[in-house]
Amino acid sequence: MLQAATGTFIFNKRTADQIRGLVEINKTVSFAFKKTVPIIFGYMFLGIGFGIMLQEAGYNALWAFFGSLFIYAGAMQYFMVPLLVTGAPLITVALMTLLINSRHVFYGLGFIDQYRRMGWKYPYMVLSLTDETYVLLSTCKYPEGIDRDKAAFLISMFNHCWWIGGSVLGVLIGTLIPFDLTGIDFCMTALFIILLINHIKQVKAITPVIIGFISAVLFLLIMGPDNFILPSLCFTVLVLTFLRRRIETVKEDTAS
Amino acid sequence: MTISVWHAIAIFAVTAVMTWVTRAVPFVIFGKRKEIPKFITYLGKALPGAIMATLVIYCLKSINLTEFPFGLAELISVAVVVILHLWRKNIFWSIAGGTFCYMILIRTVFPF
Repeated sequence: MLQAATGTFIFNKRTADQIRGLVEINKTVSFAFKKTVPIIFGYMFLGIGFGIMLQEAGYNALWAFFGSLFIYAGAMQYFMVPLLVTGAPLITVALMTLLINSRHVFYGLGFIDQYRRMGWKYPYMVLSLTDETYVLLSTCKYPEGIDRDKAAFLISMFNHCWWIGGSVLGVLIGTLIPFDLTGIDFCMTALFIILLINHIKQVKAITPVIIGFISAVLFLLIMGPDNFILPSLCFTVLVLTFLRRRIETVKEDTAS
Repeated sequence: MTISVWHAIAIFAVTAVMTWVTRAVPFVIFGKRKEIPKFITYLGKALPGAIMATLVIYCLKSINLTEFPFGLAELISVAVVVILHLWRKNIFWSIAGGTFCYMILIRTVFPF
């Protein structure tokens, strides 16, 4: 009798723990999902754009799926289609990819310590760090009860799914979309602006924002729209290096 | 398809690997160190704001301020996003409002 009672107790406790575990996982999943909702439209429609281009070049949904799964770089995938059509030499493809995606070399800097503790998720986190995921994760505030690493992983993965889903849809039904979607890509611009506003409100130290802004405008005017982003970011890093002492003092002031 | 399947696969693969290389650079250099250099931690904290500002400019890079329509569709929509966001503080309304405004403007007032 006593044994049976203890047995029930243990069973109950274990179920309770399991339920609590599930509730916590659910909380993290829905938190991560909500964070990526603003990305859905942008990634779906940009993905559809890529899918339509690919389909017009004679590639089926399988190509779109694996392309978006393994490459997962919006602008570069758009540039890749003409390279596919003309059959560009691989060295050209390699150099173009390096040039267009070079801005990504700066993105990992703030995530090294977090990502390298993440075990099997580590390589995935590194390779899925797109512009949008970077901005989302850099500005993300994790409330209590949310597993930070799990949430970051889910945010990266959800974004990846929207992108893959969009490109596959683009190949399959892109040409059937009955209305003109030109301009819908503005939602990404809007997203960056909103997250920038939130960021400014949060950190109060706006010197880096001003430096980035001035540098980008400056290099856009000097070098034109196609090649300005890498030199601009290098210049930004240089200025941030020179102003390090000042910016760090400001940060400490606002923190205290 | 205008090229052989293998050439196409090679182009996909090269694009993927080179993209991975750019993303992996900071982790390859600093990931194995016991202590991340203080300077890198500082950059990691200071860069997001700067990069977001750069990305906003990057999104608006094709507007031409010297001839009609002077990038007005973009600038007005950006203003709509900022005002909506400061006012309602709701990310979805700000995105929807700004994008809707942009799509209307480029079709009616400032056609291509």
